[in-house]
Amino acid sequence: MEKRTEKNSYTILFAIGMVIVVGSLLAFVASSLRPKIDENKRIEKQQNILYAMGVNENEEGSVAFIADNEVETEFAKYIKKQLVITNGTDTRENDQAYLIDVKKEQSQAKEGKERQLPLFVGEKEGKTFYIAPIRGKGLWDAVWGYVAMDENMVIQGAYFDHKGETAGLGANIKERFFMDDFTGEHLLNTSGKFVGVNISKSNADPLNNDKTDNEVDAIAGATITGDGVAAMIKSELKLYVPYFNTLKN
Amino acid sequence: MGLLSKKDAALIKDPLADNNPITIQVLGICSALAITAQLKASIVMTISVIFVLGVGNVVISLIRNIIPSKIRIIVQLTVVAALVIIVDQVLKAFSYQLSKELGAFIGLIITNCIIMGRFEAFALGNGPWKSFLDGVGNALGYGIILIIVGFFRELLGSGTLLGFKVLGDPIAKTGLYAFGYENNGFMLLAPMALIVVGVLIWVQRSRNKALIEDH
Repeated sequence: MEKRTEKNSYTILFAIGMVIVVGSLLAFVASSLRPKIDENKRIEKQQNILYAMGVNENEEGSVAFIADNEVETEFAKYIKKQLVITNGTDTRENDQAYLIDVKKEQSQAKEGKERQLPLFVGEKEGKTFYIAPIRGKGLWDAVWGYVAMDENMVIQGAYFDHKGETAGLGANIKERFFMDDFTGEHLLNTSGKFVGVNISKSNADPLNNDKTDNEVDAIAGATITGDGVAAMIKSELKLYVPYFNTLKN
Repeated sequence: MGLLSKKDAALIKDPLADNNPITIQVLGICSALAITAQLKASIVMTISVIFVLGVGNVVISLIRNIIPSKIRIIVQLTVVAALVIIVDQVLKAFSYQLSKELGAFIGLIITNCIIMGRFEAFALGNGPWKSFLDGVGNALGYGIILIIVGFFRELLGSGTLLGFKVLGDPIAKTGLYAFGYENNGFMLLAPMALIVVGVLIWVQRSRNKALIEDH
């Protein structure tokens, strides 16, 4: 006699039942954890922005953010203005600008719609920092980050992150030895034109002593990720050039 | 053994050496190559696999008598996928930094053939407690190899262990680097993981001749 579990009708019923049970279990888990995950993401954005302008708890070699429970007050303390730039130079203040989804804005711009560019103006020890979020493509998936600049578009600090770059290779873009190289690097060339920062395999300057060459040293074995970071810096920060020009006048 | 009977203890101990999922059964090789460039990633992957395989084996074992055999592979896959998603979500909610560091690794667990292999070979035919021990044992056996490979690849490839510069600073030329030592960047690439695993297989079989297959 055929076993009960071999029947087609049983198999189909089992499959339906399994889908319902597993589906509702996952839906329950996802929706009950959703607020907490969103909150974590919000905190992370604030931590990243503060990190780029040098407000962090870095010790030698390690990357350490401001603690989760302090970030709210620190963010309010250091970030003086949150701007949204449209049409290159029109600015308005929006204290939720750090929540603007750069990915969404990029795809809107592709469809020909207007893109909102968030810019965070921070102040630390009398110095003004302009921090811009950037986003691009690495080897496997998205890479993104925050770049803090002064009014002459000289990088004052950078934070990079990635979704799925190779551990030990491309994933090293979020290591100190790579991110710290960007500090002091010029985004404009000597004649004042925007060129970005290239990630070079052949600049013969691994200690990055020359800050005006628009180049930092690449990570071995991570050429495509590095090129992605360079392309992202170039295409994203270029959009802020008109705004920085207004600062000079 | 006070806690475990001799048979139960063997379920844990066998996969650690003489029936190791990687070096003897040659399963789970893809993840062993992909994530062992750093010791930390290896350790975290080990912990995640212990959880998923331990719990998954118990779940499959509990429902083993009601699973229709025609779709049992799909059922197994669904159980692994559901567990992995739950682990991912819980980590995101309660340990966000850790979940960011793991990134793609958590998702990669689904593709680990050891998990489906143990479901199919063991949990479908054994009770929950034995299945749990078998799952944990196999995950540990997998993890040991991962950690050994990760240790050598990070040490020889980057000169660090868990991110600490144990051999000195390669740019400032301190420690070993002062004597002209260089990191071997090749160790960071997947082919070297295969060679390290190969060396482990060689060492293990030369110590225990009974493991050599006669072809």
